[in-house]
Amino acid sequence: MSSAPTNGPAILTRGLSKSFGPLVAVDHLDLEVTRGEVFGLLGPNGSGKTTTIRMLTGLMEPTSGTAEVVGIDIVKTPEQVRKRIGYMSQRFGLYDDMTVLENLDFYAGLYGVVGAERRKRIAEQLAEYRLEGRTKQMAGTLSGGWKQRLALACATSHRPDLVFLDEPTAGVDPLSRRRFWELIGQRANSGMTVLVTTHYMDEAELCNRLAFLSRGKLIGVGTPKEITQRFGVARVEDVFIELQRRDEASAPTTEMARP
Amino acid sequence: MRVRERVARWPFWAMLRKEFIQMRRDRLTLAMMMGIPAIQLALFGYAIRTEVRHLPMVVLDESQTPESRELVQALINTGNFDLAGMVHDRDAIARDIGRGTARAAVVIPPEYQHDLKRGRGAHAQIIVDAADPLGSSAAISGAAQAGFERTIEILAQKGLAPPVTVNVRPWYNPGLRSAVYIVPGIIGVLLSMTMVVIAGVAIVREKERGTLEQLVVTPIGKTSLMLGKIIPFLLVGFVQVTVILVLGRLLFHVPFRGNLLNLYIVALPFIVASLAVGLFISTLVGTQAQAMQLGFFYLLPNILLSGFMFPREAMPLPAQWLGAALPLTYFLRVLRGVLLRGTGWDAYWTETLVLVGFSILLIALSVRRFHKTVE
Repeated sequence: MSSAPTNGPAILTRGLSKSFGPLVAVDHLDLEVTRGEVFGLLGPNGSGKTTTIRMLTGLMEPTSGTAEVVGIDIVKTPEQVRKRIGYMSQRFGLYDDMTVLENLDFYAGLYGVVGAERRKRIAEQLAEYRLEGRTKQMAGTLSGGWKQRLALACATSHRPDLVFLDEPTAGVDPLSRRRFWELIGQRANSGMTVLVTTHYMDEAELCNRLAFLSRGKLIGVGTPKEITQRFGVARVEDVFIELQRRDEASAPTTEMARP
Repeated sequence: MRVRERVARWPFWAMLRKEFIQMRRDRLTLAMMMGIPAIQLALFGYAIRTEVRHLPMVVLDESQTPESRELVQALINTGNFDLAGMVHDRDAIARDIGRGTARAAVVIPPEYQHDLKRGRGAHAQIIVDAADPLGSSAAISGAAQAGFERTIEILAQKGLAPPVTVNVRPWYNPGLRSAVYIVPGIIGVLLSMTMVVIAGVAIVREKERGTLEQLVVTPIGKTSLMLGKIIPFLLVGFVQVTVILVLGRLLFHVPFRGNLLNLYIVALPFIVASLAVGLFISTLVGTQAQAMQLGFFYLLPNILLSGFMFPREAMPLPAQWLGAALPLTYFLRVLRGVLLRGTGWDAYWTETLVLVGFSILLIALSVRRFHKTVE
């Protein structure tokens, strides 16, 4: 369908920045995400994770810098990128007054998956996400864990090269979280690149690589093992706390004081 | 890729199907869309009466003769006056009109019979409370009519005919009933209201629920998104037109003189234009409440300036220009033309073209203003 390169990084940004008035939400971000990896974007609230994802999905235009997603310039040709990525927002984007099947059917249709292909794809999604028994249930009546699964199924029904998950497991019980991460692992094994943000450090340990953001800046990238070794600590959580503490210590005290 | 397959892959179809599913599920809104026309029709149809009749009138009859009583009866016979009582002096007239218990008074002087018999030309005075111009004009015309009729009768008794007679033939609405004029207009006003609000709310609701953010990261185009959103409401619009036409016929005996098919054809660009106004509103606001407010704000000039209630010919030029910028102004002409005058749609090709122009322009404007971003 598209002639964009299928090798090369899934995401490549250079000096990607976003300002809202005097507030710099994302500050000269250089990020490289390899194809097929599960890439975790970590950082406290307001560190720029969601803004980064929104720029990478074409929901926001960067103030400066460049970004290539699946090898295509997201700023210049967002529609070319959109066919090949999936996105699951914090609010899931499901229609509560439509059934599980209708939601799946709708999103598949938006991505141009039609006819026999659509029927086959939806059957696959239902099986992979264990949603078969709930096809006729209204999305609004699903519990958090099931909503999450359906949202992921909807975001991936067109078999995207890359899927963005913005805090997909916020407010969900531990068992549902574990199951959800099993699903993420399966997606990655089938070659899909996953960029995920999370506040749960146990989830961070499951990522191939991690990037730490603090106040819009990238302050560390690496595999969980590299990172913990480099800092001489046992867990990613300790790194997270340490990095954030350092960054805050070296920064001016008020947000608005920054240029 | 073959054309058929490419068309089948349009995200537009998915959008359209989704909107139909949601519309079917939202029973309350659907019921309101059908119920509102009936309520509005009853409200406007029964309440709006521009013809003023049965004004309370007091009589000061200083003549106290059969002739003076005949004149009072002639006034009452016009239907514009009801006898509210007899008074005995002018102070009582001032008091009754001042209090509002009477809106008109007739004073017949003592020499009335005498003058009449002498053929000198008798005089009577009608005092009218003209604070309300609409009501007083009915009194004034009623008085003139009664005077004229008495004159003809008296001349006829003497074997004479009046020198000039003007015969007025009220075409299309011989009973001069306001409902006949108002009800076709209600179709347009109602569509202006419901279509604008429904389309305005439709997109904003997705903004509020967070589904719009999900939608805009998919490859659906802005035009597909907007058209897919509004096309199901076309059906609602046509159902509303039908409900009002049927009820208007049953309750108010509004005539269908022209071809109804023509009416439905011209209704299409009007409904699209109204929906497009709603889409445009949705690009300006962030919440459903704001969309509703703007929708009702849009309704007001439509009621006042389109010619729905007040004739545009009577308006100062700037008000006429404003009215000319409203799609309803053009649709009203077609509605009344087709229903009341039986004029063919071909007589209204200018209006039709203007409406088509409005709908294309407004859709294009909304699509331009709509951004596939969340800033």
